[in-house]
Amino acid sequence: MSNSSSRPHGLLAEFETPAAVMDAAILCRDAGFSKWDVYTPFPIHGMDEAMGLRKSPVGWFTFAGGCTGFFTGMTMIWFMNKFDYPLVVGGKPLFTPLFAFPVSYEMTILLGAFGTLFGMLFLNRLPRLHNPLLRVERFKRASNDRFFICIEAADSKYASEATRQFLAETCHATAVEYVEE
Amino acid sequence: MATAAAASHHNPGKKGSSDSGIVPPVLKVYDPPKELEREPLVLNNRSLGWITDSIAGICENPMPKWWWPVFVMSAGGMMLMFSLVAYLISTGVGVWGLNQPADWAWDITNFVFWIGIGHAGTLISAVLFLLRQKWRTSINRAAEAMTLFAVACAGIFPVVHTGRVWFALYPGFLFPVPNANAIWPQFRSPLLWDVFAVSTYGTVSLLFWYVGLIPDLATLRDRAKTLIRKFAYGLFALGWTNSNRHWSNYEKAYLIFAGLSTPLVLSVHSIVSFDFAVSQVPGWHTTIFPPYFVAGAIFSGFGMVLTLLIPMRSLFGLEDIITKRHIELMCKVILATGSIVGYAYGMEFFIAWYGGSPYELYAFKNRAFGPYAWAYWSMITCNVISPHLFWSRKLRTWPLFVWFVSIVVNIGMWFERFVIIVTSLHRDYLPSSWGYFTPSWVDVFTFVGSFGLFMTLFLLFIRFLPAIAISEVKAVTPQADPHHPLGGAKGHH
Repeated sequence: MSNSSSRPHGLLAEFETPAAVMDAAILCRDAGFSKWDVYTPFPIHGMDEAMGLRKSPVGWFTFAGGCTGFFTGMTMIWFMNKFDYPLVVGGKPLFTPLFAFPVSYEMTILLGAFGTLFGMLFLNRLPRLHNPLLRVERFKRASNDRFFICIEAADSKYASEATRQFLAETCHATAVEYVEE
Repeated sequence: MATAAAASHHNPGKKGSSDSGIVPPVLKVYDPPKELEREPLVLNNRSLGWITDSIAGICENPMPKWWWPVFVMSAGGMMLMFSLVAYLISTGVGVWGLNQPADWAWDITNFVFWIGIGHAGTLISAVLFLLRQKWRTSINRAAEAMTLFAVACAGIFPVVHTGRVWFALYPGFLFPVPNANAIWPQFRSPLLWDVFAVSTYGTVSLLFWYVGLIPDLATLRDRAKTLIRKFAYGLFALGWTNSNRHWSNYEKAYLIFAGLSTPLVLSVHSIVSFDFAVSQVPGWHTTIFPPYFVAGAIFSGFGMVLTLLIPMRSLFGLEDIITKRHIELMCKVILATGSIVGYAYGMEFFIAWYGGSPYELYAFKNRAFGPYAWAYWSMITCNVISPHLFWSRKLRTWPLFVWFVSIVVNIGMWFERFVIIVTSLHRDYLPSSWGYFTPSWVDVFTFVGSFGLFMTLFLLFIRFLPAIAISEVKAVTPQADPHHPLGGAKGHH
């Protein structure tokens, strides 16, 4: 199967139920693999613990975006209404954070949302134009009703035959397939 | 711990596997009484594959026969609106019926009406998510789409009501750029806050909606048969593979989006209400406006969600996913927010009397018994009386009846905005400048046409995108739970 002319991407194992893939994920984690992933049509509750993942750092991107938004809003209003062209309207002060608050609040949320979206995409290294898994016919069901684990050949513990046996026999995958790069 | 609880729930009376020696060693687990059991969110134990097929199938198969005539009619309405907007811009705001003293009339009524409708979508997608209301998964996608399209309709009115649109858009007050005299927009005005609130709301709703769509676009990409579909869905799916490392960041981002949208949605209609409340006009200058506007917005928005989803579920055979329980729960939201709205109407009158301002009291007397009494009592009938029909469970679970009431609610909420805006403006401090506003035919058909725009966008959405969040619906079924027998759990762990 694995021919020498093209580089292997890894081994793809298929499972039929969330429980099966969860049990297998625990085994993969405990076996010490590092370059591997679970593919499920929906997020499975508890899978992050089963895989041993750290908490997602997306929130920091939101925080950075939100702070930027708030200070942009305040600075913009101060610059426009107090610094660049001061104009008294209705006897009100040229600048106070009070009337500048609603707009800065909206800017906080706006840039916080952009930070969240782009932070999430950056952490996931998306958009990605090419992925060897998406060429695999069987893998189309990862977005439908099947569950997969892929152990990449780049993993230091990867050994094609032993890993294949591990997935098929220890993890009870219903099918295991080589994926080429 | 969750495992043990779930396992014991499904195997009542089973002996605990670990005997730690604590007395008593075996706990007796009773089945919950039948009447406390919740109806499942997806009926008939549908499989994961069935959920994919039935939702993705809608935008893969040819549209049913009714779609085309409805689409043509809606597109006709949309064209009508755009023609009338062109007529308005080329001629001037005089083609509308508004004039001194009612400088705001149908334009701002329509704006507040449409922006209010949007609120249900965000409430469903954000607030119900934070409150862990799992039933939202069946309706959030369509409701969020509705939000976007309603905001699109809303955005048109304040822009075109300026008459000389080019002044509003370029060197003007809708963007923070200086005008010809190098004067910047002034941020002490709630009208400018409104610009930021609404544009942020539209943008963030779009981002939230798109984030939710990414996994479903990947599903459509994986199922696509033609090259164009593969390319288009593949492009927008951004190479999503359903990887759990991705899901982990994705779920966090989704939670944060919900957390950002919740204060956002509450702020948007609060700021819209500042357009009125910060002014000095009797009938507008009230502190109750922000919460009252938000409740009214959610009330009308749920009305519109029901107006759209009740036909959709039966026309596309989605009764197992959007169940009667979903309809019933939405009716309860209508009942709750409708009651808040009714309370606000009463409280406004009380404060008008208790506050001791003769102008304020006159504004309210004039509202109920003046020349616009017909509008006021239409509003009361639709908004105060009709939601209370939903105290009856029988009526809440009768889709046709609910659909009818949902339309009544929206008529009522349009009247509410009309009453607030026009009855307050047409008679304020100076009796010498009182007047009576009558709409022109352009007013009427521009508003009617905006429904065309709304429906056109919604029909295209059903045609090309999954109208229900596929991955989210799957995630709330028992077969998605690794601790449930249907999810492959073997007895107890």
